[in-house]
Amino acid sequence: MAKPRAFDVTTLPGFTFVAILAFVLLYAPIVTLVIYSFNGGNSVNQWGGFSLQWYAVAWQNEAVQDATARSLIIALWASVISTALATMAALGTTRRGRFKGQTVIYVIINQPLMVPEIVTAVALLIFFSSVKIATGYTGLGYLILAHSAFCIPFAYLPIRARLEGMDTAMETAAADLYATPWQTFRYITLPLLLPGVIAGAMLAFIISLDNVIITEFVKSAGQDTLPTYMLGQLRRALTPEVNAISTALLALTVVILTGFVFVTKKRD
Amino acid sequence: MSTKTPGRSKGLNGWLLSTPALVLLVLAASGPLIIVAIYSVLEKGDYSGVRWILSGDGWFGVLFQRDIFDQTVSLADANLTIFWRSVKLSIMTTLITFAFGLPTAWFIATRPPKARAFWLFLITIPFWTNLLIRTFAIMEVIRNQGILNTALIHFGLISEPIQILYTDTAVLIGMTYVYLPLMVLPLYAAIDRFDFKLIEAGYDLYATRWQVLRGVILPIIKPGIIAGSILVFIPSLGAYVTPRVLGGGKNMMIGNFIELQFGQGQNWPLGAALSTVLLLIVLVSLVVYTKASTREGPHG
Repeated sequence: MAKPRAFDVTTLPGFTFVAILAFVLLYAPIVTLVIYSFNGGNSVNQWGGFSLQWYAVAWQNEAVQDATARSLIIALWASVISTALATMAALGTTRRGRFKGQTVIYVIINQPLMVPEIVTAVALLIFFSSVKIATGYTGLGYLILAHSAFCIPFAYLPIRARLEGMDTAMETAAADLYATPWQTFRYITLPLLLPGVIAGAMLAFIISLDNVIITEFVKSAGQDTLPTYMLGQLRRALTPEVNAISTALLALTVVILTGFVFVTKKRD
Repeated sequence: MSTKTPGRSKGLNGWLLSTPALVLLVLAASGPLIIVAIYSVLEKGDYSGVRWILSGDGWFGVLFQRDIFDQTVSLADANLTIFWRSVKLSIMTTLITFAFGLPTAWFIATRPPKARAFWLFLITIPFWTNLLIRTFAIMEVIRNQGILNTALIHFGLISEPIQILYTDTAVLIGMTYVYLPLMVLPLYAAIDRFDFKLIEAGYDLYATRWQVLRGVILPIIKPGIIAGSILVFIPSLGAYVTPRVLGGGKNMMIGNFIELQFGQGQNWPLGAALSTVLLLIVLVSLVVYTKASTREGPHG
């Protein structure tokens, strides 16, 4: 390694090797799963040539269609609600100087990150099952409510990070030029904050779409989302159909992420 | 409309803006936890649920079991095994993800800005990919007819497939795999803010690479290390999906055991007590982490 090149202070021995290894290990299983979803055979164990048959099977499966629609509805609601609330909370906790009780707000907001999901799930099972009996309502509202709540910290973190990284000089300048607080927010803070808000909403959307445990405990009969449907399928055996659904969901994630990167790049 | 009101009204604004989020969180996250604590001291219902009679049975059941026939009391070995497995696997997961995560985060943070975005994107794809899908993917690799065993047999390293699936090792591999991005991202955030001139200064003062790593880099990125460890350790401890899929029902962790009490076990008070124990463990580790990060100042 003793090349005539200048000594690079940022390299540490072995780090690059481990990093590349980590990337290979991260992607190898996913790539395997994707390849096997195109398996023409009837079993996950034997390669039966390239085929799209399992995608067709999944596509025509009504349970899968239902679960997909339900997943998307819940994720949309949850990301809109949690991002709106998280943006307000982030503004409240970063833009007003330190105030009494701020730590309490942090703790409550980050609580879903801290508490193991299974505990929250059990807590919601107990709570919502009583509410279901009391009100008779068994709709998607509970799932939307629960998803919105645990998405808040995921939306909050990037928004707050963005706010903290933002120079307040522009806002101060706006205020000095007699902008009202609302004008300052509308024309200065919000545009600057937008990448953070989008990032927060994306994170919330994917986190909601991804959720298994809380959904499994909170859902009423016949309210499977895509992940709980897949988990249910696994009780029997791993089928190529589940591989196909996984790959489709993976593709959706990659598409959303790519679009997101594209949009935020344009704004810079 | 005044923007320069000091003190009290600032606090009020902070609270006001945060209130909607707090209400939702208290309603659908924090509040129900209190109900769990209450259920842990109630009497078990006939099929599921509880009777509103104060009882210590739930908590008693965490550590002890009573023989059905002669009512003798003994330590609940099965429960202790599950607790030990959970703690052990979670600590190991945290350590392994750190061993892989630090170089990975470092690698990303030291790329040129344009390349950095690309590598970061590569790490966020697995991060945002459904946990269940990633668990399925790992299952595909380590099962007996999976590519790992097939490759090992193909190269003549083993003659029979190694049984990895449905063992603790499978759960450990799975958790390391699914939680690695949770370690990399906060570490990356910390290293990204790192001032590399400090390393230069370290080398100028004749520090070795190891001394620079230990004395300069690690103390400065410590908040990232702590954040990453918490983000990995806590979901590991309460992991439900990965042990269920890769442990195959036998290699349960606390999360699965809790679920069992609310499902087949039909012992809600025990399940609630176990949940409370899990909460307490998390609380203690958070306090330890906070103490560790505040006691040692920038001088380590």
